[in-house]
Order: sequence, then C-alpha cells, then structure tokens
Amino acid sequence: MKKPDIINQHTGGSWAYSSMVKSHFFNPRNLLWKIPNERESKKFDAEGLVGSPACGDVMRVWLNIDPKTERIKEFKWRTFGCASAIAATSMLSVMATEKGGMKIERALEIKPQDIMKRLGGLPDRKVHCSVLGDKALRAAINDWFKKHEKFDRILVEGSRLIDPNTKVTEADIEEAVLEGATTLAAVQKRTKVGVGYKECLPQVEELIRFYREKYFGPDGTAGTAARTKHGKRGNRNFKQSAAVHPNARRRRTTHGR
Amino acid sequence: MAKRAFYFDYAATTPLDPAVFRVMKPYFADDFGNPSNLYEFGRRAKEAIAAAAKKISEPLGYAPQEIVFTGSATEADNLAIAGVARANKAFGKKIIISNIEHKAVLATCDALREEGFEIEYLRVGHNGLVKPRDLERALDEKTILVSVMYANNEIGTIQPIRELAAVIKKFRAKAARSTGSKNRTLPYFHTDASQAVQYLDINANRLGIDLMTLSGHKLYGPKGIGGLYVRRGVRIRPVIYGGGQQDRLRSGTENIPAIVGFGEAVALAQKHRKTESARVKKLRDTLQKGIFEAIPKVVLNGHPTKRLPNFLNISILDIEGEALLLYLDELGIAVNTGSACNSESLEPSYVLTALGNPYEYIHGSVRFTLGKGTTIVAVNYILKHMPRIVTKLRKISPLDLKMGQKEAMSQPRAFVGGQTPHFLRKKKV
Repeated sequence: MKKPDIINQHTGGSWAYSSMVKSHFFNPRNLLWKIPNERESKKFDAEGLVGSPACGDVMRVWLNIDPKTERIKEFKWRTFGCASAIAATSMLSVMATEKGGMKIERALEIKPQDIMKRLGGLPDRKVHCSVLGDKALRAAINDWFKKHEKFDRILVEGSRLIDPNTKVTEADIEEAVLEGATTLAAVQKRTKVGVGYKECLPQVEELIRFYREKYFGPDGTAGTAARTKHGKRGNRNFKQSAAVHPNARRRRTTHGR
Repeated sequence: MAKRAFYFDYAATTPLDPAVFRVMKPYFADDFGNPSNLYEFGRRAKEAIAAAAKKISEPLGYAPQEIVFTGSATEADNLAIAGVARANKAFGKKIIISNIEHKAVLATCDALREEGFEIEYLRVGHNGLVKPRDLERALDEKTILVSVMYANNEIGTIQPIRELAAVIKKFRAKAARSTGSKNRTLPYFHTDASQAVQYLDINANRLGIDLMTLSGHKLYGPKGIGGLYVRRGVRIRPVIYGGGQQDRLRSGTENIPAIVGFGEAVALAQKHRKTESARVKKLRDTLQKGIFEAIPKVVLNGHPTKRLPNFLNISILDIEGEALLLYLDELGIAVNTGSACNSESLEPSYVLTALGNPYEYIHGSVRFTLGKGTTIVAVNYILKHMPRIVTKLRKISPLDLKMGQKEAMSQPRAFVGGQTPHFLRKKKV
C-alpha cells in the first residue's frame, strides 16, 4: 500500500507543511518588493528566470556576487507558485546568503533536497514544486559567468533523447519520477518510453534509480538517505545525496559563440 | 461553530443536517434488521427503505421503485454508464458525453473504451455550456447513451438538459420512422445531478431524462450514499453482483441509516429549494461584486447567469491558487482551487482547461461554494481580508499578466530540464 502523500516524509506529521515552510511562506525572506526596471536592475550583478506560468511555477532571482571572493552577497527573488515553491525560494535565499554568503561553486551544487531538508521536509507530492529554486539560482550564476566572460564555467543542463521512437528525453523521465513514478512500469505508463524500443530500457532503469535517489533518497526518504550516506561537507549544514548520475549529466562546456 | 461559518466549500461536501441525523439514529442500533428477511426486524428495515424511496421520489416525480441506492454518486455514475452500455451493446457501442463531466463518468467511459465502446465528447464553449446543436450532430444509429451533467461541480454551470432531451427525443422519433419500428427508446439520456438537487428542479419527466445520479452528502445528508434514478423499462445491467438486492441492480445489504438520512435530506432540500436558492444567491452576488470591485484582474469562470446560485469560481491573475488557499486557511476560511498544485495528478483542472482559458488563469483559480451555514458575516469577513492577501501574493509573484490575453503567454522553457511540460505537449498531439 502506498502511504498517503500528504504525510510529511521527514516529520511523519499528517498535514503537511512544517512550521519552517509556514514561516517562510507567510513571511518570505529576501523578497524583492519591487520589480526593478532596466536601470534599477543594474544594481544587481546577475539575474535568472525559470519556469513558466503555464506550469504553475515561475521564479526570478537577482544576485549580487563579490567578484573577489565569489561569495553571494545578496539574493533577491520573486516566485509565482504554491506554498512549497514560495517557501523553497525563500529558504534558498537564506542558504545562499547566510554566514557571509555562499561561494558560487558551492551554490551551484545545491540540490532540491538540500532546500527541502532545511525546510523540515515537504510532502512527497510537493517535491515537484521545490525543484525550480536551484535551477533559478544556477541560471543567475550562469548569467554572472556570462557577464564576467567566464564562459568555460557555464553549466549546461542538457536533455538527452532516450527513446527515438517516442521522443522521450531524460527530462521526461526526471519529471515522471518527480511526479511519483518511481518504477519502470509507472514511468512507462506516463511516458511510453521503450515500448517499441526495448534497447533503451536498461538506461531508463538506471535513470529512474538515479532520480529516485536524487529526489527521494535510496530508501525513498530524502532526509534520512542523505544523512546515512554522506558525512558533513565542510562546516556546512547540507548533506549531499549519494546519487551519481550514470552519464554525469551536468557537464561543463565552453559557451558557444 | 464559528469555524464552520467560514466554510466555503459546500460543493465538496456539506455537514449533516441535525434533523437528518435525528431520523437516522434509530436505524443504527435499534432497528438494525436486514431488509431481506421476513421477520419483523427485517420488515421494519424494508419499510424504512420504502419510506425513504417515497420521500425521494415524490418531489422528483419518480415512482419509488425507480430508485436504486448506491454507495456513492460515483457508484451511481458507474452503474448508469457501464450498466447501460453493457446491457445495450447489441444495439450499438457509442456513448456521447460532455468533456467536463465528473471524473466518475469520464473514468468509467475510459474503461468502457477498452471494452470496445466508442466515446464521443461534446466540447463545451467558453461559458461551459454544451451546445444542443453539437449533440444533434453527434447522435447516430450506434449511439446508446448520452450523459451530460446537470450542473458542473467546479464552475456550477447549469446545462440545458431540457433542450438536450428534446434533441434526443427528436432523434429517436426520426430513427424510429426510418427503421419502421413503432417506438425507439435508445439512446438513453443520463444526467449527474449531484450538485443540483439542493437548488434546481429535478423532475425526471419535466427534464426528459432516463437516468439521474443523486448524492447524499452534497445536500446535508450522510456520506457513503448515492442514488440512481432508472426510468422503468431502461435496459441496464448491474455492476455489482451478489445476493440480488434492489431488483438485482445493486447487490449488497442496504445501508439503512444512510438511506433513511438520504431520503430525509432530499425531501428537505427540495422543500426549501426556492428559499435557500434565493438566500444563497444574494450572498454569492454580494461576494462576487465585492471581490470584483476590490481586486483588479479577476476573471469569472463559467457562465455568469446559468449557474448554481451557490457557486463562484474566479481566476485571480498573477497568483497561484494553492498559495491563496493557504493564506485564507490561516484566517479559517476554506475554499477550493483548480490549480495543479492542489491536484493529485499535478495537472490543472480539466474543467477550466476545457473552457479555453490559458493555464496561467487556471493556476490562479479559486472556487467559493456557499451553503446553509454561510452568512453575510462570513462574506464580509472574506471581503475584508482577501484584497490584502491578494496584494501580498502579487508582491511575491514575478508575473504581471494582461487581462483578456487568451493565448498561452508562457515560453516553453525550464520546467524540468528546459522542456515544455507534459500536459502542454499532450495537447499538441
């Protein structure tokens, strides 16, 4: 039996948002109260935007980065989305700027479950809503790289074609897992991947395992997973998931010009 | 009690009326008999069912034997659609439904498609109404069943059931003439009236329907009880088999307390239908007017007038429904939303999608449904706090959508992995 998804995966509490989520949702931190015009936006070193209102989540992030130390000095944001999305961006802004600001190399490694963990967990169904925060931050940092002509450091989040028949990409599989399809059968039900092209199935299974671990941890509970597998990283509070992408998905490439 | 006053989700479910509870009480522990038995305990139970059936049938213009009690309105929909389809497949395998039917109808039809039935969907217009002319075009020799809900459960839009019935009647007469048969009863016409009983006339003859789904808990009756009106002579097969209770149409020992409560609830609903409609409509209109005056960029979803008097479904641009829902919840106000974030499937409401609005509108949708406990105090309470909440959420949001922009305004990027989300992609195929 699948447990009801309004159970908080970290606290086991029945509904659903932790007091930390509530706090950030009702009192968002580092919110940019006025959307800057072109001139005003020059006050910021970098800007990132992800999502679309059609999906139900849009995040816009403005950063100030100290070019010498490469620490994030300011993280301002606006988010269109549900409670989880708003609280996740707010928490991310705190994580990126606390203790004198996070180094951008470190910030690029923030994963959705790091944010979720600091929030005291999100209901399974809501994991989905927190995944844009780190993407928005990476988009903004990429923008900074571009402005500072550090093109070699730009990260490309590619999406490979997995099944040429059904045109299913890796992103489709990631999305299916995020929405709770954590077995091959469930992913196939959503995406039809590999139905006419069995050769890709081992790869699909590998990806499902990867994303399941990435978002839910090896035993399906993101928090405990991170704790057992990895120790502390430096003096920070975050724990990294042990999931390693089969194809080392995030590659560094030279920015094409 | 104070909490209940701010409950604005009567379309989801209603509290049990104390008067209904009173008549149910004896049937839990005192008159507990099984109506299938001949001794007195059984006879008393049987009488209770008959009395409840009579209470329901009288105001609705049915004969008491035409009611089948089910475990829910969902089960009644299943029985109506699957039962009629399977019993009549020798005559044709086509079923016509609207594209904003309740999931109970949609999912049953999906299952029937796998049994070889053909499902044709009538697409509603921007106002949520099925066009009788579309039905006229869709009807053919193979059609055995038409199912269109009386009033929609998300937008409250009331379908032109009488006109649709007239179209079907005309089609039957024409088809009978052309085949030389005396009278033709196919296709049958089913309507799901779950949301309507409290507020509308549901006389089967006046409406011209053959089957009608009713629900207990939407009209201050108990949960776990529904009913299906089946006009005498309709060929229908059970979906639940067993001891052959209720003329073999629905096996299983009858839920006597729920049936008794259901009967009382329908009788009360129909008795107070007109006064309650007028009372609730006044409050709803006050709420609607107040919101539209105080908050800019609000869109009404569904038909402005052909609508249940207790429904108000609006989209507030630039903000997300679940966020608003939770802010209102903090104030003790309970509302509903069609936003994807609030759904199991993470897809936005298919009903609001069917109206042709862009997804951006749907994510900001809020449904207020009023009921017996709603007072002007509660309405004013919402009007006092909502503008402030909307202003705050708009401050958090990076969007500034334009009113009246009907085409999707979002770029297909960066959902997960920089791709168009799956629900947009499916549409293109």
